[in-house]
Parts: sequence; C-alpha cells; structure tokens
Amino acid sequence: MHELSLSQGMVGIIEGQAAIHDFSRVFKVRLEIGVLSCVEPEALTFCFDTVTRGTLAEGARLEILTVAGRAWCRDCDLAVPIGRRVEPCPQCGGYRLQIQAGDEIRIKDLEVH
Amino acid sequence: MCVTCGCGDAEGLDTTIDGGAMTGHQHHRITDAHNDDHLEGLGEPRLIRLEQDLLGKNKKLAAANRQFFRERETLVVNLVSSPGSGKTTLLARTAEELRARFPIAVIEGDQQSSLDAQRIRDAGVPAIQINTGKLCHLDAHMIGHAVEDLDLCKRGVLFIENVGNLVCPAEFDLGEDHKVVVVSATEGEDKPLKYPHMFAAADLMLLNKIDLLPHLAFEVDRCHEFARRANPDIEILEISAITGAGLPRWYDWIERGLESVKTAPNSEQSTPHAN
Repeated sequence: MHELSLSQGMVGIIEGQAAIHDFSRVFKVRLEIGVLSCVEPEALTFCFDTVTRGTLAEGARLEILTVAGRAWCRDCDLAVPIGRRVEPCPQCGGYRLQIQAGDEIRIKDLEVH
Repeated sequence: MCVTCGCGDAEGLDTTIDGGAMTGHQHHRITDAHNDDHLEGLGEPRLIRLEQDLLGKNKKLAAANRQFFRERETLVVNLVSSPGSGKTTLLARTAEELRARFPIAVIEGDQQSSLDAQRIRDAGVPAIQINTGKLCHLDAHMIGHAVEDLDLCKRGVLFIENVGNLVCPAEFDLGEDHKVVVVSATEGEDKPLKYPHMFAAADLMLLNKIDLLPHLAFEVDRCHEFARRANPDIEILEISAITGAGLPRWYDWIERGLESVKTAPNSEQSTPHAN
C-alpha cells in the first residue's frame, strides 16, 4: 500500500503550495499516472480521501489522467507504444525495450479557493 | 517541526529505529529552495499548475543520502525480495565472510521485530533495525535517520535489507547505488513476470537456494529469460546462501561496486540542514 505514502506526499505538497499561494480550500487535484507506473488508481483515491480528512483538501475531487506507455525497442531502433510492463515490442515481438514514458506519478494542477 | 521532512508530526506513522522514535535532524542535508511555481488566473477558483513528481520529496531526500554516502565512499546496496527468499541468511553469511576485507554495516527493515538486526550483529557487524509499522517499504527519510545512529566507516559497504515485498519498495529510491533483487528457487520462475517493476528497478538478480534445485520443478533458464524481459540489462548470479555455492561471484560483484564508488569523482561537501 505505497498509495498511502503517495497520498500523504500529496497532502504535504498541497500544504506547501497553500503557504506559497495563500489558499484555504482545494476543490480538485489533477494527477497524471502512467499506465506503467506501480500505482493503483482506485487504491490511491481511497487513500487520498482518507488522509485528506481534516486538511484543506478534505472533500477535494481527485481526477486521474492516464498517461500512455512508450518504450524504445533496441532491436527495431524505434519508439513503440506499450500497454504494460513485459509486453513485447508490437513490431518485432522482442523484449529489449527501454521505458520512455508511462511510468510517471505527477500532480498536474490544483483547483483552489 | 522540520520543514524539510515534517518529522515531529504523524507522518512517520509507527516507524521506529531500534525501537525509538525518529528524532534527530542531521539527515537534512538539503539546501532547499522554494518551488518556482506560477499562479495562473486571478479570479476564484484558481488553477495552480504544479507538474510535480509525487515522489519528489523522497527523491530529494534520496539525493541527500546519496551525497552523504559519496562523501564516505560507501557502497550502498538495497536488497529487495518477497518474504522468505533468504535475504537475511545471505546477508549474515556475506557479513561474516567479508568483514575482514572492508567495513560492513547493515540496516534491517521489517514491519515489526528486531530479530533480523540481531542475526546480523551475531555475524559480527553493526546493524540497525527500522520497524516500518504499517508501512510496506523503507523510504529515503527513514534511511536518512537510521544512518545518524550507525557508525559508517569510510570505504565500506552498507547493505539495506528492505521490507519483504516485491511491489512497493520498487518505487522508493533510498539513495542506494544498486537495488539487488533476490529470488529463491522455491518461489517459481515466473516471479519477474508477476512483479516486473521490481526487476526493472534492479541491477542484479540473485537466484538463491540453488542447492534445492534437484528437488524442485524450477526452470532456471526460463527464470533468466523472464528477468531479462522485465529488464534487458539485469545481471544474474545463481547462489546458495546455505552451501556457499556461487557466493564468490557475489563477493566479486560487491568488490567491483566498492571500487567504482572509491574512484568516483568527489563532489562538494554536503552541509547538514538546519531545523
């Protein structure tokens, strides 16, 4: 359940931003989660709702934007789309792939008052 | 409360180091700068653009740990696996057989108990126990605190035995030089396909308990193939921590790692972060 740690990290970031930008309520948090990351969106939403209780993000909506996976195939010398880890290259069927995108876990923006 | 890591509040949950709370602050070797975020729009509600890595704080603390280790020319190896793969047995034997060659220290991570740290101390090297309480992984913050209490000799090896879990520790950089994933022959050769993140994050896979292979249906070649699907660059060594088979190559791997951190260019000294 590292989603719990990630949610706590989110609250820490939000509180830091509140001090800088002077807001007292958060309505929406937008996240970008890559399909190849190790994060389960449902678990993250559950943890977020729990750890934000009593904070300025209580009741905020968590919107999760999915980022597609992309890898570099060393054999094809080509960037190829992949849907999950240890999926073969769609061109050659090989596994000599290097992840280029899709493993991000990022707060994109906050909607605040 | 410290502004860097927030120690002092409930953030650490039930995490303890050798049974005590995480208190000191010498680990904050970070000269922090405020985020340079921009506010967009003046009306309300406002949109604040962040594009911030959710693991950013852990990465920052890990970078501070890494700098601390570089200054001491300490090789740091983060051992990860599922529970019962033989990490502690491997570490106890490694400590016993290598401690005459260079200084060794160990950080043990478990949700509860200090049994593992005691096993390592019995092998003759200093060990510190982190109990993560409810958490399923070690993070850079815990390691930063643990090394305050550990007498780290220069030019030695620090082994970190992570919580037995093939999922969560993959995401958390501790400031180590290498993650080493231990898989045992009693587990099944498809572990790399089931937990690909961990194998993708590791530089070395140790296939342990090979002395049991004659009694098992474990297919070694398939395990190698699956590990390379998850990580084409992963190194693989076959060992038995009980019989000692393959251990000389593991020890060579450690010595090579130690040589590489010794010869790494020395960067500027880090300064402890004030509260």
